[in-house]
Amino acid sequence: MLHLILFSVFGLVCVAGAVNLLLQRHPINSALSLVVVMGALAVEYLLLGAEFVAAVQVIVYAGAIMVLFVFVIMLLNAGEEEHTHGSRVAWLLGLPGMLAVTVLICWGLIQDQTSSVRIGELPGHPADIAQLLFHQFLLPFEVTSILVLIAIMGAVVLAARPESVRETKREH
Amino acid sequence: MVPLSYYLVLSGILFACGVTGFLIKRNIISIFMSIELMLNGVNLSFVAFAAHWQQLSGQVFVFFVMVVAAAEAAVGLAIIIAVFRTRETLNIDQVNLLKL
Repeated sequence: MLHLILFSVFGLVCVAGAVNLLLQRHPINSALSLVVVMGALAVEYLLLGAEFVAAVQVIVYAGAIMVLFVFVIMLLNAGEEEHTHGSRVAWLLGLPGMLAVTVLICWGLIQDQTSSVRIGELPGHPADIAQLLFHQFLLPFEVTSILVLIAIMGAVVLAARPESVRETKREH
Repeated sequence: MVPLSYYLVLSGILFACGVTGFLIKRNIISIFMSIELMLNGVNLSFVAFAAHWQQLSGQVFVFFVMVVAAAEAAVGLAIIIAVFRTRETLNIDQVNLLKL
């Protein structure tokens, strides 16, 4: 029962944050509501027994990635979103269609009540995860390190000011 | 005891919010945040299935998704900075070079 109450409370916080992300016009407000969603999701992971994933969620997502977002929003001085009318077909067909698909999927999922998750049933201790990560998934793990290295280099190359601009600035 | 389907419904709602934001938002950074929301929704279903099938590999895959999301955020934000530098705008409607 406690599990269900905690799930409902933090699930509602999650959905409220996600809806707030859609409704806010200013990007910084959207970013802060995304932080709320990620924090609430970390609690959901804890309820599922995934301690390691919950910790990484807070450190990497709510910490590193969102700081990057907020930093870029401040750097670019992003203001209010401009109101523009998208295509009318998207509003007329897209939104009702998406709502219908969502309701259909949720209804189909709720029909199956046989399987349920108990609190702390599967211990996701960091030691167990590391055992799996450094034995069975060693090659993918090493590949991700190369991926991150390439991403860092790509970010530096893309965000760096082009040579020509730098030289014209110096001449002035 | 919480049914597995509740977790999947929550993850589906988060994913749907992400798709909606991707379609209706007009600011590049907001669109990018909607993509992160979709990734989070998928992660929740990964963890729920890991708990349901008693397989820790589901949590390992969440770890990989997070690594890819971090790399994607770094490169994507660098692209946003480059776009802002060349076109002086964050409005996606004004980035329309490829439009017919």
